Amino acid sequence: MIEVRLFATLRENREKIYFLPAQDFHCALDIITYLGIPAEEVTTLLINGFHKKPEDEVKDTDIVALFPPVGGG
Amino acid sequence: MKTSYMGKMARINLTTGKISVEALDLDLAKKFIGGRGLGTAMLYEEGIAKVDPLSPENKLIYINGPMTGTASPTAGRYMVVTKSPLTGMIASSNSGGVWGAKLKYAGWDALIVEGKAKSWVYINIEDDKIEILPADKYAGMLSEACDDAFKEVHPKASVLNIGPAGEHLSLLAAIMNDKDRAAGRSGVGAVMGSKNLKAITVTASKNAVEPHDADKLKEAMKECLQIMKANPVTSQGLPTYGTAILVNIVNNIGTFPTNNWQSSQYAQGDDISGETLKDKYLVKNNFCHRCQIGCGRIVNIDGKVAGGPEYEPLWAYGGNCGNNDLNAIDKANFLCNEYGLDAISTPCTIAAAMELYQRGAIKEEECGGVPLKWGSAEAIVEWTKRMGEASSPLAKLMADGSYRLCEHYGMPEVSMSVKKQEMPAYDARGIQGIGITYATSNRGGCHVRGYMISPEVLGLPEQLDRTTTEGKAAWCKIFQDLTAVIDSMGLCLFSSFALGAPQYAALLNAGTGTNYDVNGLLEVGERIYNIERLFNKAAGMKPEDDRLPKRLLEDPIPDGPSKGMVNKLSVTLPQYYEVRGWKDAFPTKETLDRLGLVEKK
Repeated sequence: MIEVRLFATLRENREKIYFLPAQDFHCALDIITYLGIPAEEVTTLLINGFHKKPEDEVKDTDIVALFPPVGGG
Repeated sequence: MKTSYMGKMARINLTTGKISVEALDLDLAKKFIGGRGLGTAMLYEEGIAKVDPLSPENKLIYINGPMTGTASPTAGRYMVVTKSPLTGMIASSNSGGVWGAKLKYAGWDALIVEGKAKSWVYINIEDDKIEILPADKYAGMLSEACDDAFKEVHPKASVLNIGPAGEHLSLLAAIMNDKDRAAGRSGVGAVMGSKNLKAITVTASKNAVEPHDADKLKEAMKECLQIMKANPVTSQGLPTYGTAILVNIVNNIGTFPTNNWQSSQYAQGDDISGETLKDKYLVKNNFCHRCQIGCGRIVNIDGKVAGGPEYEPLWAYGGNCGNNDLNAIDKANFLCNEYGLDAISTPCTIAAAMELYQRGAIKEEECGGVPLKWGSAEAIVEWTKRMGEASSPLAKLMADGSYRLCEHYGMPEVSMSVKKQEMPAYDARGIQGIGITYATSNRGGCHVRGYMISPEVLGLPEQLDRTTTEGKAAWCKIFQDLTAVIDSMGLCLFSSFALGAPQYAALLNAGTGTNYDVNGLLEVGERIYNIERLFNKAAGMKPEDDRLPKRLLEDPIPDGPSKGMVNKLSVTLPQYYEVRGWKDAFPTKETLDRLGLVEKK
């Protein structure tokens, strides 16, 4: 399974966490599309805590975290 | 020539009671802009670097930037510049609210407070009129009640004051204004307390500042507003969630210091996140004067509506104390405001005390019935109060920060501080560039002196690999220099998530009649960074003070995504000195000449 974590506005009308079967998804963008998130809303994408691109591959046991634009300090 | 400087400052000597009006030195202002830069230059010129910070010889400068109060984006900021009793080096502590703008509208670029009053006094300003008045009856008051009490006498005033922590000379004491805004860091509140100055009330009959060229400023402002509106961070992220939005992203990359930096991922992070704060406690946003962002939080704390925590206290009272009780964080943060305590260093010192307790250095019997146990919601609230009141020997020790506390117990390595000031909420073992910022910050452990989190974590203006060192020294220098400019103009650093040097140059030129291009403006920032370093050198700073705690250099992050990482400061620091034109932590003669600076002997 792949654990998908959503944050901030991406949680609106969605769950905070999804567990998705790894075989159904090739890359992070597939997950974003599956969850009905407009790709441009995701500005930070982490796979296992490291910044990745939507076209990067995902595999079983990965943790994918998706964020809209965030800033602060 | 018409400029957005008011052109005058007041020098107020509390020993003699003498108040004199001085012209702002416009040549000096051109070299250092205002605020942080000009305040430091004035302090350096007046030979303050060598004085005892809590003696009458120290000076306390409250100073606006040329853009404070103008029709510029986020133009509500002022600076408190003094010699820090916490670090023994330069302090420049920034605050928003409306107080700075009111001081400007009353006609003043800066107040220079000298000496020491015989008993508690406050300074009342009503446009041109400045008077020193007795304040004995306000001594001991908490910030909010103090603000209300002064408003009964001066109904239209904006109030700046210290709480009990400043009165007790706590080295973590902040200066509060407008109830919940703070010039928080480096113990500036203790300097105010050492002068027996409880408050400064300001009433202004005007509410605008005339710039050099109103049409150009309007044009520059229009462009800035368009950029900020189109930028998702300033138009959506910060307004919706505040700075607390950072909890989850920083935690998810495994750089969220936990249990006083013993690990760096907090399992209950979402319990104390911006999302949870918004869902459970947020009442409304809080805007500083002329702010378009509104990152501030007004929250409901058991029925009391008050200023809420930013990212830093959420982390410091949260993961760093192993605590996921958000309501307790709200309360403890509110107590920081009430007692006038730095909401970063105070909880970080509690976290250090919790580690000392864990290691058996602090004993149960010293804890007065509230043990300093990881995750204790009761402890974070109660010990904040005790620190504010200095109500026990341990509380008094803690009120002077983690460095002195840990040294007292023979475990200095437990203090997660740089130059004796506590580091903020990003683990530099997993984010290489922010380690350079921490180590080289002129005011000690600090993130807002070169916010490398922006490129290394948030991808602004472009995404850098947080784990590598390449190029980070040069990035850090540019961030430090641009930040010095923004701080000196009187604008909020958060505007820079959207705006860049071209917009700041356009605003400053329209306001003051200068003709800076981007490179010229960044050179001013560099000059400011260098004069701060000269101040520190004169104050006795040594090259080894540009350091990071041993834990960040030698103890790898034990778990989570950043497992195994340490900060590689031995690689980046020489690179940093190279790009700065410094040798052994200080500017070379060539660098000083290039920047038009002269070292005082």
